[in-house]
Amino acid sequence: MRNVFAVAGIVIKELYRRKDFYVLFILTIIICLVMGSITVFNDTDIIRYVKDLCLLLIWVSSLIIAITTTARQIPAEKEQRTLLPLLAKPLSRTQLIFGKFLGCWVVCGLALLCFYIFFGALAASREHHWPLLNYAQAAFLHWMALGVIVAMSLLGSLVFAAPSSNSTICFSIVAAILCIGRYLDLFAVRMQEPGRSLVYSIYYALPPLEIPFGLRDRIIHDWPPVDWPSVGLLALYLLAYMLFFLIAACLIFRRKAVN
Amino acid sequence: MQPRFQAMEIARHESNIFFIRIFGDSSRIFANAAFTRADAYYHSGYYPTIFDNNEAFKTPHMAEDTGAVASHNEGEETAFMGQPRDWLDAFSRRFIPNRHTHLDQGGPADDLRSSSQVREILPWLDLATQMNPQDIRTYLVISFWLRTDLNQASEAEHVLRGGLRENPGNPQLLFELGRIYFEDYHDPARARSIYEAGVRSWALEKPKIPMVVRLKYDNSTFDDRFVFEQLEVHLAQLEGSLGNREAAIVHLEQAKLASPDSDALQKMIDQLKQGHP
Repeated sequence: MRNVFAVAGIVIKELYRRKDFYVLFILTIIICLVMGSITVFNDTDIIRYVKDLCLLLIWVSSLIIAITTTARQIPAEKEQRTLLPLLAKPLSRTQLIFGKFLGCWVVCGLALLCFYIFFGALAASREHHWPLLNYAQAAFLHWMALGVIVAMSLLGSLVFAAPSSNSTICFSIVAAILCIGRYLDLFAVRMQEPGRSLVYSIYYALPPLEIPFGLRDRIIHDWPPVDWPSVGLLALYLLAYMLFFLIAACLIFRRKAVN
Repeated sequence: MQPRFQAMEIARHESNIFFIRIFGDSSRIFANAAFTRADAYYHSGYYPTIFDNNEAFKTPHMAEDTGAVASHNEGEETAFMGQPRDWLDAFSRRFIPNRHTHLDQGGPADDLRSSSQVREILPWLDLATQMNPQDIRTYLVISFWLRTDLNQASEAEHVLRGGLRENPGNPQLLFELGRIYFEDYHDPARARSIYEAGVRSWALEKPKIPMVVRLKYDNSTFDDRFVFEQLEVHLAQLEGSLGNREAAIVHLEQAKLASPDSDALQKMIDQLKQGHP
């Protein structure tokens, strides 16, 4: 485990020196503050449209950070010719994969912490109350969803030729899941076989990223928090997908030539 | 030359509006999307998507509740999602808004003290008016909620006057403006002038269609009948409040032509004739 943490630590240090997070964070702040400064019909208590926009920007920014950061991890090591020296150390390929995953996931977590603190402060400036439990649930499940996406991108970086193609494919898949993942079964019902079985298989096989994404509406419209057993169950469900992608990445990386 | 200059004036005014300049006619589609989004906010996020059964949401509820638009809703509004299709759908519903509520009735907390939360729909409605200034119902919905739950009659007046600048002489907007002057500003003289202007505008709206046809009881004539009846009934109330019983009776007789429930109006006429207010 020490090796895994060591690799993760290097990934974290490398990433907080990059501009990606800072640019996205500052952009989010500027856009939200500008939108929040607008008064509609002289009413200064209207906030939900700003919360809506802020959470959407947080999701978009976190997806960009997660996918672009992860997609270049292994290819960057190959390009800089540091992969062989790294594997020559007492560091197994599996430990390298898990270390990269953990580093990227922790970076996403830290970025999310900053984003959600800003979001909480923005919402509290008009609502004058702090539904901390709701925010904690949303942030936690968002982080778990990003874990799945990071694992998926890591697998993609071993399968696809270039970081750009990996990023594009990952973004497309994630966007499709977020937009229509919940309704694939409706499409399947209206189809003939074998298309129906194929779509049903995809529906059940896809990671349920749209569930944490849908939690945004509960936060925006001040619904009560979700019961913790359901949150725990979803977290385990997402963890299973993370492990699946990581194990697949390890199996592929074991057989992959790195010279 | 006159029609050409009028067209140029309208075109210049339209090009000054930012969204219309950028999107052209397609700004109406975005305006409709913004209007629908406002209704989604009215329901605190519990709203059908294009994949769900939206029979009960064809007329946005925030507009239907104002009483100013005809309702085309069918089916149960509380169950557009239907039964869960499978275990995954059932599980995912725990994480999204899953109950039918209205913001003016307290929203998800069912707290009637927080009915002013209906203000949250206003930014989307404001955006809708900028994208499609010719959509009357948006002004009506904004002014209704500003006037009632939010107690901002002056802002409602401002909105209606903006709507009248874009849609000169619209009788529905004049009716709402008259209500503000009568019910909020307690200025019956000015309210009477506005109501009467509304009646005149109503008559001039479709000059080639006889009044009898416009007031015939039919789903397609709902807007015509509704506006005419409301204008005449409120003129009758105004005259009644000032003690002008004869004028009030005349207006109620006119309202009977458009009303589906003329018995109630006849009762009011009888009461006025007997000297009751």
